[in-house]
Amino acid sequence: MPFNMRPTKNPMPSQEPNVRNKNFKEVALGYTEEMAIDEAKRCLNCKNKPCVAHCPVNIDIPGFIAKVAEGKFEEAYEIISESSSLPAVCGRVCPQETQCEMKCTRGLRPGSEPVAIGRLERFVADYHNANFKGEVKKVPSNGHKVAVIGSGPSGLTCAGDLAKKGYDVTIFEALHLAGGVLVYGIPEFRLPKAIVQKEVDGLKALGVKVETNMVIGKVISIDELQQEYGFEAIFIGSGAGLPRFMGIPGENLKGVYSANEFLTRTNLMKAYKEGSDTPIEHAKRVAVVGGGNVAMDAARCAKRLGAEEVYIVYRRSEEELPARKEEVEHAKEEGIIFKLLNNPIEIIEDPETHLVKGMKCIRMELGEPDASGRRRPIPVEGSEFVLDVDCVIISIGTSPNPLIKSTTKGLDTNSHGCIIAEETTGKTSREGVYAGGDAVTGAATVILAMGAGKHAAKAIDEYISSK
Amino acid sequence: MYKIVKKEILNPTVTLMQIEAPFVAKKAKAGQFIILIVDEGGERIPLTVAGTDEEKGTVEIIFQVVGATTLKLNQKEVGDELYAFVGPLGEPSKVEGKKNVVVIGGGAGCAIALPMSRGFKKAGAHVTSVVGFRNKDLVILEKEFKEVSDEYVPMSDDGTYGTKGLVTNALEKLINEGNVYDEVFAVGPLIMMKFVVLTCKKYNVPCTVSMNPLMIDGTGMCGCCRLTVGGKTKFACVDGPDFNGYEVDFDEAMSRNTMYREFERKAYDDACNLFKKEVK
Repeated sequence: MPFNMRPTKNPMPSQEPNVRNKNFKEVALGYTEEMAIDEAKRCLNCKNKPCVAHCPVNIDIPGFIAKVAEGKFEEAYEIISESSSLPAVCGRVCPQETQCEMKCTRGLRPGSEPVAIGRLERFVADYHNANFKGEVKKVPSNGHKVAVIGSGPSGLTCAGDLAKKGYDVTIFEALHLAGGVLVYGIPEFRLPKAIVQKEVDGLKALGVKVETNMVIGKVISIDELQQEYGFEAIFIGSGAGLPRFMGIPGENLKGVYSANEFLTRTNLMKAYKEGSDTPIEHAKRVAVVGGGNVAMDAARCAKRLGAEEVYIVYRRSEEELPARKEEVEHAKEEGIIFKLLNNPIEIIEDPETHLVKGMKCIRMELGEPDASGRRRPIPVEGSEFVLDVDCVIISIGTSPNPLIKSTTKGLDTNSHGCIIAEETTGKTSREGVYAGGDAVTGAATVILAMGAGKHAAKAIDEYISSK
Repeated sequence: MYKIVKKEILNPTVTLMQIEAPFVAKKAKAGQFIILIVDEGGERIPLTVAGTDEEKGTVEIIFQVVGATTLKLNQKEVGDELYAFVGPLGEPSKVEGKKNVVVIGGGAGCAIALPMSRGFKKAGAHVTSVVGFRNKDLVILEKEFKEVSDEYVPMSDDGTYGTKGLVTNALEKLINEGNVYDEVFAVGPLIMMKFVVLTCKKYNVPCTVSMNPLMIDGTGMCGCCRLTVGGKTKFACVDGPDFNGYEVDFDEAMSRNTMYREFERKAYDDACNLFKKEVK
């Protein structure tokens, strides 16, 4: 079969920026079969497979791409699902440019782009979801009970891997819907909720039980799960917790949100829909403070809710933006204004309404690299100015959820409150208790959480089998 | 789903319900709250646990019809089911180790004050319950308060029930009569709690307040319920809902609570109209 030696990726068909920034439908529309086959033929199936080594769950990438090139999409899906439980999700939200696609042989030469691995993964998963008619193979139960706390990416992955090995898995979710950050955080236009639901339904078909409205640590403790309810092992994937604030004046004014609150109202509670019972402010001029993926999501949601001007206010430069490049590009295309090298110092109140009237910022310049290896931003004296906004969304990170830590004796945490767990196994200081995802690492990515869930599932299987 | 097993109209706008939620019933303590969703797609609202029956597996809630969601909840009858019911959330109130306490409830806040009076009494304290209502028609839980209190001091704005005046008048009178209290616990409208705290400060009596800010997840994720307490940002859902009243920034809390007033009013009117139509 001849390779396709075109140096560039097949572009992703997408909604036009000026159309999509007014609706919540998915931005990227996905490859057609022809595009997928054409793109798949760009893969050289090279010997050293750098893509596999750079995938946190080590998907056999050249293997599935070869099947796509042959038009055998269902076989491609089977190869992906050997390693990944959530391909339709990962194909959409993984930072491929810093993982599988980063070292792709096709992208090494200047002016050439890597194979569009993420887009192909998404295509294969969507093809399967649309066309697969068969029954999910249910593995006979081995009679061992495992509890998974949290139904975000790490929990879903851990539950899926264990169910495939015959474990009797129960997921406990605090919210009324399963999916964790995939449901409350990542917006519909980036990850349609129907896709997450499909993944959750897939796990249920494998025999996984999902108990929503259960806040572990409050309604049942870790000790009770082990001693009274007979769970032989527990995986904690309770995710990131309380939002951080900057500690500047005016942060508790009306019209100041944490990104978590703004996104939860919008995504989980569907406040963007006409007639929703959950309110949200439809501000005209919005400042989002922070430069990560969550900040991009919040900014793009604010735009879609009708804001005329939306600013990303970030204290470092474009190079240091922690968000995925594609998210930054999408945000720019949609008209989000980047106010880089600026730091907020005060949120100004309208004394009559107690609403936000503006945000005072100071310009920054970059000095020497700090502990994180990034150049430290330093305020430029006398450069203060006021940004005219009526809503501020703070998106500068989170600290881990305190509920399990505070109610579980002998579960060690670090100075940030993150659960201490072995990187390769998720093993914690408590026997039979494993942890992974943001609860361990602090705010990170979906795929890293999935990788942690995967490692923990393997370790849990070994732990129970060896007992 | 969570079945309604009892419904009792306490006054024209305040209703008591018992909900089947055995896991919550087993764990909930005085001062903790639950979050419920009436129907799929509805809003999440926090309500304080008014009581539990572990054997029956039920949790008691008392709510005032103030907006669209509580109006919808009030339309539900025994045998109907709620879409979501999660808890117990928040830290339990500290009722141990007190000798002489005043529990102050204002309006529907009495629904939260009652389990506090009960809790203090069980823990061995002498309990004076001061309750305030606008008028006689709005009085709730009189019999229950009398059962769990050593003294019951009813007040009303118009003098149609108990003594005419505010709960702070009653508190001041009790203190001036020479009673020495090691704690005042207040729950009710923010403005009432603010003035109870000011009164306590005047006489140097410790005061705990139960805060009820806007909330979404209630598990320490969204940050909507934040308050300034002692100059620091605190989250009512995981750090509270009880706080040292001396340290709470009530003016900020009052402002934040009005964030969606217009939306709420419109949603309430829409819901009223909807139910009127259905009745026809």
